[in-house]
Amino acid sequence: MNAIIVSAFFGVVMMFASWSIKGENKQKNIALIGLFLLFLANLAQLNGWYVVDVDTKNMLSFSRFGLYTNTLFYCLTFIYIWINGEEISKIGNHAADFYALFFFMLCGASILTSFDNLLMLFIGIEILSIPLYILTGSDKKSLFSNEAAIKYFLMGSFSTGILLLGITFIYGATGSFNLIPPDPSILNEQFMFSAGLILIFAAMNFKVSAAPFHFWTPDVYDGAPTVFTSFMATIAKSAGFIAFINIYLVQYKPFEKTWGIILPLVIVSTLMVGNVTAVFQRSVKRMLTYSSIAQAGFMLFALYGTSNFANEGILLYIVVYSLASIGIFAVLVKMKENSFEAFHGLAKSHPLLAFLTTVFLCSLAGIPITGGFFAKYYMINAVLVAGAGIWLVVVAMIFASISVYYYFKLIQAMYFIPGTPAIGELDKTYTYKLAVIAILIVVLGVFPNLLFNYLYF
Amino acid sequence: MLLSFILIPFVTALLLLFIKNDKSANTVAIVSTLGTLVAALVVAGNGAVDFNAPWIPVLNAQFLLHADGLAKILVLLTAISFPAIIIATSQNQPKQKNIFLSLLLFTQSGLMGVFLAGDALLFYFFWELALIPVYFLSSIWGGEKRIAVTFKFFIYTFLGSLMMLIGIIFVYMHTSDQSFLIQSFAKANLTGGQQVTAFALFFIAFAIKMPIFPLHTWQPDAYEQSPSAVTMVMSAVMVKMGLYGILRWLLPLFPTAFMAHINVVVILSVIGILYASFIAIRQDDIKRLIAYSSIAHIGLMNAAIFSHLQIGIQGAMVQLFSHGINVLGLWIIADIIEQQTGNRSMQQMGGLAKKQPTLAILLVGFALANIALPLTNAFVGEFLMFNSLFQYNVWVGAAAGVSIILAAIYTLNMVQKIAYGEVSTSINQMQTINKPAQIVLIVLLIIVFVTGVFPQPLFDLTADSLQQIIVK
Repeated sequence: MNAIIVSAFFGVVMMFASWSIKGENKQKNIALIGLFLLFLANLAQLNGWYVVDVDTKNMLSFSRFGLYTNTLFYCLTFIYIWINGEEISKIGNHAADFYALFFFMLCGASILTSFDNLLMLFIGIEILSIPLYILTGSDKKSLFSNEAAIKYFLMGSFSTGILLLGITFIYGATGSFNLIPPDPSILNEQFMFSAGLILIFAAMNFKVSAAPFHFWTPDVYDGAPTVFTSFMATIAKSAGFIAFINIYLVQYKPFEKTWGIILPLVIVSTLMVGNVTAVFQRSVKRMLTYSSIAQAGFMLFALYGTSNFANEGILLYIVVYSLASIGIFAVLVKMKENSFEAFHGLAKSHPLLAFLTTVFLCSLAGIPITGGFFAKYYMINAVLVAGAGIWLVVVAMIFASISVYYYFKLIQAMYFIPGTPAIGELDKTYTYKLAVIAILIVVLGVFPNLLFNYLYF
Repeated sequence: MLLSFILIPFVTALLLLFIKNDKSANTVAIVSTLGTLVAALVVAGNGAVDFNAPWIPVLNAQFLLHADGLAKILVLLTAISFPAIIIATSQNQPKQKNIFLSLLLFTQSGLMGVFLAGDALLFYFFWELALIPVYFLSSIWGGEKRIAVTFKFFIYTFLGSLMMLIGIIFVYMHTSDQSFLIQSFAKANLTGGQQVTAFALFFIAFAIKMPIFPLHTWQPDAYEQSPSAVTMVMSAVMVKMGLYGILRWLLPLFPTAFMAHINVVVILSVIGILYASFIAIRQDDIKRLIAYSSIAHIGLMNAAIFSHLQIGIQGAMVQLFSHGINVLGLWIIADIIEQQTGNRSMQQMGGLAKKQPTLAILLVGFALANIALPLTNAFVGEFLMFNSLFQYNVWVGAAAGVSIILAAIYTLNMVQKIAYGEVSTSINQMQTINKPAQIVLIVLLIIVFVTGVFPQPLFDLTADSLQQIIVK
């Protein structure tokens, strides 16, 4: 509860800051301080201390898992703004507006980690999505950005419609918006209930860009300014996953018969679309958007979870994938163009930057001593423990080795092909900030348990 | 003590990144690898040793290093190969030599880890870590088609290791104490069907690494295109990872599934032996010839292991070491010739015996070992292996036996084309005598003949592992 209130409050603060406080650096610092306070507020609640104790009539419930996930989101956003602050201020005229949007999105994300009611799910998703539409179109002078925004808005609204329809069906079947699993015997409308589950399932798949609901992703991620793509593909998407898990793994697990049949199909098609299409991309940014679809396929494995591996795994996956993506997008931001050719010879001119990019790519590909390895490891383990069939894992791993192809194509461009990289101004501190991310990734790759220690203490 | 095998190369590799001077980098690398060699000799003299530390408590994974006979013989091979390779190629001048050597030592660290790991997850870690530096080494310093070829190699092996990862997790789930230790793995409750699944997942990884026909297509290209030092590492040590994996993990862990697949694997191996031998006859490029010859020899070792007889496994274990030494010698000679003539085509060679008699003698020595003539080390292992294949099935034994003749054909043909005849223009370019390389070759040749005449130390070294593998 603390986090929801504080994040909404800081959203408003940042809106006012955009005209009352001049200087983009100051605004960025206020945002970082705000994030830190948000982090503290959430930590306070983790330890049982409330700023305001509101009776939410069971519409929200705060589990340790949800609160801890919040903490991770705030930390990731902190890193994101810390690194990208300068780039954010280059877009549009009022950087503080964007920071306000980030706070609103975090508010939505905080609701998504704690909702216990379908209406709160809806509100959370909308609070998260609407700022995303704005961010996509924030580069007002670029036609691509505008096109992406309108596409995203139309498609997003459509999927929200589907979500609402699903919620309505479930309300019709159970007579309640609460996410308490109904006793199957008193269900008067089994069919309606199943239909509702499937509709929500589809809508959630849209939000996390899983195939066959992924069509918006490439255009939107590609069209949006790269700094914002970074946020959309990482923290915003992860919040969607947490919501997904909250509904299906926590509450509607007993009804796995309905949505469980579609799940492997969704996973396999997501992996296939993501990985195979990424191979053929000529632009690094587009390759990364397809890779983000592919990674979503892996994250969906968490829905099989009956064990701690799924819970811990999705957290690890979110953190590691977000860190690596924030890192690689931060490199991409500095490039003058998005093609693979722009990276030619980067290792010669910027050895450290090239090395860090390699670490990020290796993590995305899941190579040991980077966190990506254990993220994949936990997902595989979750599926195998749930007994979902080894074929699914084998298929996923085949696609994972395809993913090596396109990730390493970038490494090849940097290291093995001579040329002059099309890279803009780059100061040392920026590279060092990225090094911090890389170090975090490697630390998580050797000691993944560092992340979970706080989940249970 | 065991940790030093991983730490010495690793720390030196980090150090080398900061030593810009080529000469001193080379010296540091040589000193470090010789240090590792001394440590390996000390450990080989002792009984089985362990190193144990907690690693990832949540998963119950341990940093367990264990050196029994099988591990020791491969650690010894690795420890001998690396200084030999670095000294023999010290006259080659790759750009940024310190980084080259650094990556090479990272590979050594990974390889040592693979051979020593007693914990499945740790094994997987090192398995990958040995691969990644090689990817960069070959892609940066390799031949003309290096990028595509190395990429193929990398994706092939990466796919294999991912399958192995699934296998590891799969077995881990069925262990009674949820542990990655090899002892727990051996006691895992797997039904017959589950054993077959796990067997298949592990076997793909090992088969790609060795490689076994029909998964061998990455190898000749990769050997040809990689820089010589890397080719030597791959051929002398890295391919042994696959065979080691079978002896250490596959056979003891999934005996039922292993027995069920004996015939398939032996037949595939024998096809591979003959196929590779016939192709080797037609090769004109020295490097490709040695590559195909290596496929044939590895196939033979694999077939012998899968014949599942004591002598076959014994022979294969000794041959792991011997083949490493022999092939290393051949590669070093091929490298000297290529460096000094800029040419690898045997058509354009001839007269080495007149121009550089010492090198020619060394070439003949290693060629004889490659054919496994008596008195050479390869004879000991191959004799045992053929013996076991004959006991397994006469026809299979006979088919595999043909490969000895084929080996004689292609190897002697190579010697004839390179060493004898008129001095050709390209051989005539060989002016300098590569002293360090020749010293290394002489040392290796001494090992070839000493272990050929007196192989008992190798048998003693591997005796304890043999007991464990066979008892199971």
